[in-house]
Amino acid sequence: MVVAGIDVGSKMAKVVIMDGDRNILSYVMARTGTDHGKTSEEVLNEALEKAGLKREDLEKIVATGFGKISVPFADDEVTQVIAAGKGAYFVRPSARTVIEVGAEESRAISLDENGNVKDFALADKCAAGAGSFVDAMIRYLEVTPEEFGQLALKATRAIPMNAQCVVFAESEVVSLLHSNVPKAEISRAIHDAIADRVIAIARRLDIRDDVLLIGGLANDIGFIESMKRELGKDVYVPEDYPPELVPAIGAALSAVQGVR
Amino acid sequence: MVSVQESEYWRWPETVWVDESRNWQDADVISCGIDLGSVSTQAVIMADGELYAYASMRTGTSSSASSEKALNAVLEKIGDMSREDIHYIVGTGYGRVSVPFANKTITEIACHGRGAVYVYGNTVRTVLDMGGQDLKAIKIDSRGKVINFLMNDKCAAGTGRGIEVVCDLLSVPITEVGDMSLKVEEEPEPVSTTCVVFAKSEILGLIRKGWNREMILAAFFNAVSSRVVELLERVGVEADFAITGGISKNVGVVRRIEIKLNMKALEPKVDPQLAGAIGAALFARALYIKSKK
Repeated sequence: MVVAGIDVGSKMAKVVIMDGDRNILSYVMARTGTDHGKTSEEVLNEALEKAGLKREDLEKIVATGFGKISVPFADDEVTQVIAAGKGAYFVRPSARTVIEVGAEESRAISLDENGNVKDFALADKCAAGAGSFVDAMIRYLEVTPEEFGQLALKATRAIPMNAQCVVFAESEVVSLLHSNVPKAEISRAIHDAIADRVIAIARRLDIRDDVLLIGGLANDIGFIESMKRELGKDVYVPEDYPPELVPAIGAALSAVQGVR
Repeated sequence: MVSVQESEYWRWPETVWVDESRNWQDADVISCGIDLGSVSTQAVIMADGELYAYASMRTGTSSSASSEKALNAVLEKIGDMSREDIHYIVGTGYGRVSVPFANKTITEIACHGRGAVYVYGNTVRTVLDMGGQDLKAIKIDSRGKVINFLMNDKCAAGTGRGIEVVCDLLSVPITEVGDMSLKVEEEPEPVSTTCVVFAKSEILGLIRKGWNREMILAAFFNAVSSRVVELLERVGVEADFAITGGISKNVGVVRRIEIKLNMKALEPKVDPQLAGAIGAALFARALYIKSKK
């Protein structure tokens, strides 16, 4: 048996091909274009090709994410919270609190010891606790996303950012640059500000070990460090797969369960 | 160079004005108010408590340089007035601590209340100040004294900076967006998110759906006005009602606020973006007179 999980986010579309024994056969991630239906078709075909499979080999396709309704060929869909929870339990069974920071939203999920979702909290009204905040800031600092994360580690002091809004933070960053504040310190201030907001959401739940960080921002070393510092505990990121792939893994796991 | 100019849809006109019909040297007290906002800076000169000259400029990256620039612009336009001729200067606004030459600083809440009475008359009781980076709902008495206020300064939705972002996104000059948004036959649903950053993706989605710019602006200003009215209702709106700050010049936002409140905003006697600086200049005059007694 072979299934597919597809997660169409506001920024990235991800596909996971999985067999009946829950082995990941292939995965593909690509930028979500303007046509969600077409993009999801393309990433699925690419993932099938990588696994050496054909469309008819798939027994079930489960979609999740912001654009899940635009996946015309999906057999079923699953909520983002369920998908993220299942995927998190798969990549790190000891995870009890899952924090996901996506391009346009962040969420926290509490899992029990069997990987079932106990509770969750969402923030999708403000960009200041989401990946798009970082996208805006790296444009202003004129660095690559990798440099942006690394820079924060070189900061020698913490400077507070007043702005709680991406739009206002832009002007704040510009004035910090004009006052000759080193980019490293600005980078750390931005990472701390996002971590603050994300943790405020997670605090609506009971934060328990292990804390697993998923979503695109979990690739950012500066953000991981800020989260550790602000939470006062260790946080983990998926080791074997990209952190933004986790909900697509969860969707594939749903598909496996659905077939059985 | 031309292409750079064309892409700056957010840029609003900077103004320098002098009342040519009067001679400032006839006045006993020359007072000055500087409103150093996050996005715009106004310098106002009053002769015996009457508006004589002003400059309205964009705030640069240095607050003190911006206040210098605005004051110098207005003095240059007057021609024969020097800084020594000004009896008293009050600084206000977000950057008021950075007005190096001010004799005193006063909060923008107090100055907007006082200034609103000059701009709109003494019947005004509720003032909505829509600035570059914040919104304030202020209740005042007949002398412009602040009774109560509420502020929203954490979010760009509904602020001048938020509207600038949308102008650039839709390539419509900031002076035209308000009128343009009123050219719809039927008011569309407001955009669902109030976040300017998310509005970008929502607006791009609407463009793909075939909405024209008039409809998109109407939907955006519909959302902005709802947000503003929520703030106003928390402080309690009492007639007469007036709007100050840069966005008071955006008819698309103002009309929708009026409709939602079922209340007409007062007509300003002078540019309502000057209210804060006028209030500061009126305080400056009073402080100078008091110091001479």
